[in-house]
Amino acid sequence: MPITVKTFATLGEAASALQSDRTAHFLAGGTLVMRAINEGDTSFSTVVRATDRAFGEIRPAGARVTLGAGVTMAQVMANGELSFLHAVARSVGGPAIRNMATVGGNLFAPSPYGDFTVALLALDATLAMQGGYSGRETPLEEFLANRERNTSLVASVTFNRPNPDAFRFRKVSRVKPKGISVLSIAAHLPANGGRIAGARVAYGAMAPAPMRAKSVERALEGRALDESGITAAVAAAAEGTTPQTDALASAWYRREMVAVHLKRLLSGSQ
Amino acid sequence: MKAPVQFKHNGSDVAVFVDGGASLLTALRDGVGDTSPKFGCGQGTCGVCTVLIDGEVHLACITLAETVAGRSVETADGLKSGPNLHPIQTAFMDNFAAQCGFCTPGMMMAAKALLDRNPSPTRADVIDAISGNICRCTGYEPIINAILAAAGSRQRA
Repeated sequence: MPITVKTFATLGEAASALQSDRTAHFLAGGTLVMRAINEGDTSFSTVVRATDRAFGEIRPAGARVTLGAGVTMAQVMANGELSFLHAVARSVGGPAIRNMATVGGNLFAPSPYGDFTVALLALDATLAMQGGYSGRETPLEEFLANRERNTSLVASVTFNRPNPDAFRFRKVSRVKPKGISVLSIAAHLPANGGRIAGARVAYGAMAPAPMRAKSVERALEGRALDESGITAAVAAAAEGTTPQTDALASAWYRREMVAVHLKRLLSGSQ
Repeated sequence: MKAPVQFKHNGSDVAVFVDGGASLLTALRDGVGDTSPKFGCGQGTCGVCTVLIDGEVHLACITLAETVAGRSVETADGLKSGPNLHPIQTAFMDNFAAQCGFCTPGMMMAAKALLDRNPSPTRADVIDAISGNICRCTGYEPIINAILAAAGSRQRA
């Protein structure tokens, strides 16, 4: 089916175009939309693009960091102020994919993809949406719960810069250095006087979309990251997860493995 | 509806008409007539369509053709200079790095992107650079050796 490509100079115009044609797809890096076109997906016939410069800008402002939704994984890896996210961006695809895949596109990547979003979830990121509830900062977790029905344009992602020691990420894949996730885990564990306060733990490939491991967060809250704290967290590792079975791993295997890798992440072992 | 796209192809200006939603790979193969980038998976997974856009590796099969307007696209077809092979091509030949040959153009462009940026890569750098390129003959060792050899020959040249 022929596709109509509409290119706009501003995100506002692009968002309006998406609102007026609910089947239209927004194209950023192309890794999801072009793939769908190549596979003969006939559910949409309009592709919307924006050449807005702000879409591809990284804007650190003190303790806050804002990434335009069109920022690529390669841009993240090249930015010295985002060193805590370098390993996360590097875990996405190979070099060519990292030059194309965007922060915004990753938010829509179906399981088991979307490892960057897992990190953003642990960082309590909020999204600036254009169109619909325009101007409202939407918590990432709320967005993920409704992302299949989303018709707004994600303009940017904002989060607080973590203390580097408090942020951890681990991706488990069968093929290295480039492989799709069996699962991924991101944890932001700020400590106050040796006790964790405000724990955020997120999983990828453990549900249809990246999810918060709230039982693990509760188990860690107010505790030290010592053997008893880690044991309590690991005991709750698989609670609330609904992983899928695919060519990489069965749901059973993912549920078994998440505790093993959460333990390694929390104890700092390889 | 067809859309006009103008870009630099291996240093020369080209202009083609593409269907709405057409990929850069289609524009190159059917429009320009450069069949060196191949169609493999169409999903951005296999790397046989690897090209350089403004010097950076991209996958032509999942690049919307219209997005390269005014930009520079390099393919494996542009590696040679008249009758002279590029050092990467010579190294692939000398190291028997092509078995069936289908992945070779993509591998060579991934190698070019690496060597243009890092003329003295380590083995680990090479492995990372071709991590998005699949060789279904599994001939990775000769390919890695060829890229390391090409780096050596470039340093001597």
